[in-house]
Amino acid sequence: MNFPFLPERASTFSNQIDALGVVLTVLTIFFSALVMSLMLFFAIRYRRGSKVSRSKPQHHNIALELTWSVIPLVLGLTVFVMAMIPFTQIYNPPANAEEIFVIGKRWMWHLEHTNGIRENNELHVPTGRPFKLTIISQDVIHGFYVPAFRIKRDALPGRYNTVWFEATRPGKYHLFCTEYCGTNHSQMGGWVYVMTPANYSQWLKTGSQGALTQKVETVAEQGRELFTTLACSNCHVNQDTVRAPTLNGIYGHPRKLLSGKIVNADDEYLRNAIRKPEDNLLEGYGQVTTMPAYKEDQLTEEQIHNLIVYIKTLGSTSGSPVANKTAPRTTAPAATVQPVGGTTILTNGTTPMATPGQPSTAVDSKSGAQTTSALSAPTRNIGSTP
Amino acid sequence: MSAAALPPTGIPASTGAQEPNYLNWSYTVKDWLLTIDHKRIAVLYLVSISIMFLLGGFAAMVLRLELTSPHGQLLTSEVYNKMFTMHGVLMVFFFLVPSIPATLGNFVIPLMIGAKDLAFPRLNLLSWYLYTIGGLLALTAMVTGGVDTGWTFYTPYSSVYSNSNVSLTVIGIFIAGFSSILTGINFIVTIHKMRAPGLTWFRLPLFIWAHYATSVIIVLGTPVVAITLALVVAERMLHLGIFNPALGGDPILFQHMFWFYSHPAVYIMILPSLGIVSEIIACFSRKRIFGYSFVAFSSIAIAVFGFLVWGHHMFVTGQSMYTSMVFSALSFIVAVPSAIKVFNWMATIYKGQVWFAAPMLYAMGFIGLFTVGGLTGLYLASLAMDVHLNMTYFVVAHFHFVMVGGATLGYLGGLHFWWPKITGRMYPEGWAKLAAGISFIGFNLTFLPQFVVGYLGMPRRYHYYPAEFQVWHVMSSAGASVLAIGYGIPVIYFLWSLKYGAKAGNNPWGAVGLEWTTTSPPPMENFHEIPVVTWEAYAYEDESEEQAQKDREDMPGAGAAVRQEAARDTEEGHPQGHPAAE
Repeated sequence: MNFPFLPERASTFSNQIDALGVVLTVLTIFFSALVMSLMLFFAIRYRRGSKVSRSKPQHHNIALELTWSVIPLVLGLTVFVMAMIPFTQIYNPPANAEEIFVIGKRWMWHLEHTNGIRENNELHVPTGRPFKLTIISQDVIHGFYVPAFRIKRDALPGRYNTVWFEATRPGKYHLFCTEYCGTNHSQMGGWVYVMTPANYSQWLKTGSQGALTQKVETVAEQGRELFTTLACSNCHVNQDTVRAPTLNGIYGHPRKLLSGKIVNADDEYLRNAIRKPEDNLLEGYGQVTTMPAYKEDQLTEEQIHNLIVYIKTLGSTSGSPVANKTAPRTTAPAATVQPVGGTTILTNGTTPMATPGQPSTAVDSKSGAQTTSALSAPTRNIGSTP
Repeated sequence: MSAAALPPTGIPASTGAQEPNYLNWSYTVKDWLLTIDHKRIAVLYLVSISIMFLLGGFAAMVLRLELTSPHGQLLTSEVYNKMFTMHGVLMVFFFLVPSIPATLGNFVIPLMIGAKDLAFPRLNLLSWYLYTIGGLLALTAMVTGGVDTGWTFYTPYSSVYSNSNVSLTVIGIFIAGFSSILTGINFIVTIHKMRAPGLTWFRLPLFIWAHYATSVIIVLGTPVVAITLALVVAERMLHLGIFNPALGGDPILFQHMFWFYSHPAVYIMILPSLGIVSEIIACFSRKRIFGYSFVAFSSIAIAVFGFLVWGHHMFVTGQSMYTSMVFSALSFIVAVPSAIKVFNWMATIYKGQVWFAAPMLYAMGFIGLFTVGGLTGLYLASLAMDVHLNMTYFVVAHFHFVMVGGATLGYLGGLHFWWPKITGRMYPEGWAKLAAGISFIGFNLTFLPQFVVGYLGMPRRYHYYPAEFQVWHVMSSAGASVLAIGYGIPVIYFLWSLKYGAKAGNNPWGAVGLEWTTTSPPPMENFHEIPVVTWEAYAYEDESEEQAQKDREDMPGAGAAVRQEAARDTEEGHPQGHPAAE
């Protein structure tokens, strides 16, 4: 029987969190010991009948009481700031992080890499590269937790959550579900395999489930196929028409809805627009839409994710000339632009993945080349500069 | 204060068991079940709450036994899940929330403020019936198939996916919630309107302040959880889309509404205990509480800030980062009033006359464990640390330190402290000290390992777990058996003392406070004549300070000898409290 005391440290956050743990533990032990020893010391020294001086007993002392109110307050707020800083990092993925799509369902984790490789209850990642997890649940709330990485994020039904990590040490680490989800909650989990970059590219070639069976299409390619088979492309063409707006280059840009609300066209918005188009009508397109609402039984979360990733690439990777945008959208404020995750990820993240000869790399490198030459609206160029 | 204060000893001492009191007033079942006397209702509550505690404790023991093996031995996962739900529901809603207010609060508050009863005696009886009906419904749900959602009833699992008796359990809790609300209203009105002449707000015992703060939380918070749970039932039965995203609902909305009550509910559970500890520390140190007004207002501050920190349960759910920051900062601030109380108790003991009777041992155990419980709460209030620790055994250990090491130990301390008043009998002191010691050791052995296994990453509500965590679970289960013994012994000797315990007398502790001026057990009307209060709370120091100073200067130790003698008198049952004439 082994006797573990601290969990393994396998991500860039592990040391930060453990350092915070040391600070908290020192404070806890110090104050617990202070309180308990003072209490015992006073109680024994001033036990009933002991012959010690009890002269001038005090019953209040504002200065003293303020002192022991202010010291905990100051210490507490110091710890608050120390803990806030890594928190803002954990839930703010860097722009170059490669996306892994995570679906929680009772009682398994389904994961999809950007290059199209899928895994169940297992995740293979190389060291030294940031990965952003986009997490959603298909049924109840789950919690994605890798103790060795010190990261956790709930998987919510109907909403995306994100968290990221960069693994530092090769090994095999627990993956748990932390939000109680029913009968087999305790068995919903698996392993995260952190590999050296060399081993990882070897795994991509020979070990991964996708590579073993057949040629794997990237997520974006699968999305493009869906886009065609679902006949999205019948209405969403390269420019705004009376039937539907174009989807080219909209990702990460503000959209003005019929309700007057301005929303950022992010993953969440696109997902809602597919699930419930009637709630997300654009200004200028009337009260009704001809677009069907794609419910859970028509389109899985994974398929929606594929579509979104494809839409992200539109306008910069499609290769087709991007038509002139209609005036309303290009003049919309571009204040809330965010990096176009899809393209940057793929171009930056290709180094270790270049070897397996994934079709993804071909597409992606092309996309990278085309980004600059695309006839995109000025707003988008601003967006992709950082 | 210069008036020659009437000592609380002004009431004639009891002469014997023949004297009519609330226990021997009538023996019929009808007179018990239809009583509107707050003391009898408190006893009814004591019995029902103890049953719930024993059932919840039984569930805990089954869980701990099962967790000695990483693969499970006795139960299926389904039964395991129902078992931890049963443990949580019974302990939280049917033991911890009503425990101190409905039993000790109900019994002692009117006595402490010199009133004949609570303001609304019939509401008080109704509250016990609501509690009983709610409890029976919840138990029925557990016996006829069980419920497997955990006591938190997170949606959409509870409202859509669970196939267990969610609705019946929730309706039981809903009804029991009204019993809390009625108790809260009753206390607020009683404390405002029924204090004895001369008993100003700042002469009130801190137990009263704590119950006042608790009642405010109950009245403001409980309706919210009642509505929330009603909505869960509505979604289950009528398929309204409130929390289920497939129907256009929002599962996170449930968590906001649930924790808006359930975080303050933590303070409903702990504040009365803090009040008890203030009483015990003052009495057994023979000293006025240090910084009375700081301690009193810290209860109010906890009640106010307690309503502003619910979001710290949701740092990993996806609530906005800035929202989380605000909740985190407020959570650190809410720790301060608790720290004030702890330090003020230290200062109260300082230069006191400490008597290590069983209630004092419980109170000291409380202070130690509550401190650890509070400090480990800071880990979970720390944003980045909570990302790692949320939903692990660290959380389990933390709240058991506060709820079991804190609230329950305080409850037991209070029960020992007022047992002579409630029953007129003394419990066996030696056994009580032994039980306090066993509980303390067993408690630490149970829950300290859970901090470690939680930091290692062991999620809560896991039936099966990785084998490397087993050593910590075995330690925890071993501790739980010790803890069970520590809780079992008082059950036995309390029952024993009802018949065989020594006669307590009116004031076995030599405590001040109006409840000790009347007979034990008190008469139906509490006081033979309405007391008039002219002294401050905790007027323990019976000699003037100048006199004490002179004694010590004349002959070192003489003052203490006088006190020793006084203490011996006290043990013989003669009331001792004389207010200091300042």
